[in-house]
Amino acid sequence: MQAVRRQAAASAKLAARRWGSTEINMCTAINHAMRDALKRNDKTVLYGEDVGFGGVFRCSVGLRDQFGKDRVFNTPVNEQGLIAFGVGLCVAGYDVIAEIQFADYIFPAFDQIVNEVAKYRYRTSSTWNCGGMVIRAPCSAVGHGSMYHSQSVEAFFSHCPGLTIVIPRGPYQAKGLLTAAVKERNPVLFFEPKILYRNSVGEVPDEEYSLPIGQADVVRSGTDITFIGWGTQVAKMLTAADELAGKDISIEVIDLQTIVPWDVETVTASVKKTGRCVITHEAPVTSGFGAELSASIQERCFLHLEAPISRVCGQDTHFPLAFEEFYLPSVPRLVEAGEKVMHF
Amino acid sequence: MRRFVCKAAGWAQKRWNGHQIADGPDGQVWNIDFTGHNSLTDDLVFRSSADHPQPLFRVLDPRGGVVGETPQMDEELARKMNTAMIRQSVMDGILYEAQRQGRISFYMTNYGEEGTQIGSVSALQPHDMVYAQYREAGVLLYRGYPINDMIAQCIGTIEDKGKGRQMPIHYGSPEHFYQTISSPLGTQIPQAAGAGYAMRLDGEDRVCICYFGDGAASEGDFHAALNFAATLGSRTIFFCRNNGYAISTPAVDQYAGDGIYARGIGYGIRSIRIDGNDTLAVYSATKKARELSIEHNCPVLIEAMTYRGGHHSTSDDSSRYRQKSEVDQWTTGSNPIKRFSKYLESKGWWTSDDEKQVRDATRKEVMVALQRQESLGSWPVETLIEDVFAEPTKHLLKQRQELLEHMEEYAEHYKKKSH
Repeated sequence: MQAVRRQAAASAKLAARRWGSTEINMCTAINHAMRDALKRNDKTVLYGEDVGFGGVFRCSVGLRDQFGKDRVFNTPVNEQGLIAFGVGLCVAGYDVIAEIQFADYIFPAFDQIVNEVAKYRYRTSSTWNCGGMVIRAPCSAVGHGSMYHSQSVEAFFSHCPGLTIVIPRGPYQAKGLLTAAVKERNPVLFFEPKILYRNSVGEVPDEEYSLPIGQADVVRSGTDITFIGWGTQVAKMLTAADELAGKDISIEVIDLQTIVPWDVETVTASVKKTGRCVITHEAPVTSGFGAELSASIQERCFLHLEAPISRVCGQDTHFPLAFEEFYLPSVPRLVEAGEKVMHF
Repeated sequence: MRRFVCKAAGWAQKRWNGHQIADGPDGQVWNIDFTGHNSLTDDLVFRSSADHPQPLFRVLDPRGGVVGETPQMDEELARKMNTAMIRQSVMDGILYEAQRQGRISFYMTNYGEEGTQIGSVSALQPHDMVYAQYREAGVLLYRGYPINDMIAQCIGTIEDKGKGRQMPIHYGSPEHFYQTISSPLGTQIPQAAGAGYAMRLDGEDRVCICYFGDGAASEGDFHAALNFAATLGSRTIFFCRNNGYAISTPAVDQYAGDGIYARGIGYGIRSIRIDGNDTLAVYSATKKARELSIEHNCPVLIEAMTYRGGHHSTSDDSSRYRQKSEVDQWTTGSNPIKRFSKYLESKGWWTSDDEKQVRDATRKEVMVALQRQESLGSWPVETLIEDVFAEPTKHLLKQRQELLEHMEEYAEHYKKKSH
């Protein structure tokens, strides 16, 4: 909660400089970004399963009434069709926000995403492209979701060239990054940690704004260890940093924000400064995106490292309902990793 | 109820009895309109589409004599169509042999399916978007795509607008409204549903046609496509080339129902089965399909029954799984070019001299283009990282730099130069 409040305070400072801002949760922030996108361009459509009435997480509430059934609509239950339909719309000159109901259900669309969406520009030498597409999906642990409502799937897609992957940590980031994602002329996968829809609240400017894609955010400055994470993990890293500060260990917390293409400069500058790095994500440790970060960071920062790069992630099991608190990379595990890395 | 009423024609009408059933469900919550039909029955009967095979719509008999109503078609159009069919066939012959000689890496012919391709594209407007599978080169050729450019793509020369990235026959052309071919089967079908939806929203005089084979119609993408197009109202013509084979897999291993036609019916789509080797029937059906799609803002399905005259590709030898007698029977017994030529001859629009002229001219054109393309270089290695994203990322620029430096230092190991 401390971390969440700190976030809210930081963005409030920013908001105070602007005209108007409101304290809203991440779900509402996403709703506003989509509303702005639909308003900005008549040829933008938003669709998915149950999107019409407002969506199972209420992210699209009010949008069908405002923009009409042709532009905000339900699709049949079919993820491969959902994404492919969007490809056709994009190529015909429309911008598409396609909602997959849970990231756990994105896999039927894997072929269309990897073989079509990601490759459309390359195989046509930019004659056509799916740059107008944003695929949104709720991801990550929610407390009771088990194997099929809790997955973090960014690693599967990070391996495919041509895809941009963005994960917000709160309402201010969600609205700005989603707006940027819609404007971006590359296809974007926008994964929204579902537990943050209601839990993450902050000051969000009322007007439209964008945050840069491909840029990480140093959420907290520090000197001893660089913690890197995204989404739900950011608040946990901040809480762990508070605890470690009590043990005289100063943590620099980085929210990667964009998984691909990730901000190499910010991360390497930080690790060269601190000499120690802990990477954390909910997805299982093997071949999780932390593996790619770890390999890249050690290539670039080897001579600056005082300890091996540590990863605090889910175990290599499926997401268990009963053992969620032990499976997740929790605050105590982050604190432990910080201490181990510090005293290597 | 459905926003776009697309009632399937067919055997439901047999059960109409003219009475409003007073004590049966009205079907509204299920999106089923029982008006004029029984909504209840005492019959414990299970039905299958295989019980009701749909006949083929046709205009010409197998030899090319007129037995149905001919569409309105002038001499100029008819000659253009026949010329295109023959040109495609001649080009196929030369490029198939070129692959055998190692001059191109891979090729797919269109033998026997010229009628499905040219008959359909000629009934559309030039700006109607085409999503195809891979055996529709005649569609692109008819629209005026240069043979030179096709061969450039097959070899991957500097004149290939695809920058040499894809296998041969993966053509595409924005000027001719033909989407670039991708190898995964059936992925284009739901994309065409999306494009047709865009066309409905745009409200222009435009449709999207999507070609696919009997095998591709088994893919999940096919089912997704039809259901989406029907429920959301897409101006998409789904054109199935049922040529009896998916590589070596015959139709008996591909489906058990009444072909792909019955699936259209199943999804609530206006559907027709036609003789795909009867170019006039293909033309009539496609023209009508286009009218229906625009008038009713709905998809239409055409199942064109045809036969794959050649092998699946240059990587296939179909004598391993089918009899030559069967191939000969179809090639002579139901030949689209011969049937259409016969019709044109009967109208005084075509002679065997015309055929010879087209064949000779095309042969020369293909040979000249092939020789020319073989003399051209390919795209520079620098282009490797282009078009992955709208602009190359820093990651990619770094990777390219490393590759070029490597190629410079180890130049003797590589055929291509880095610059």
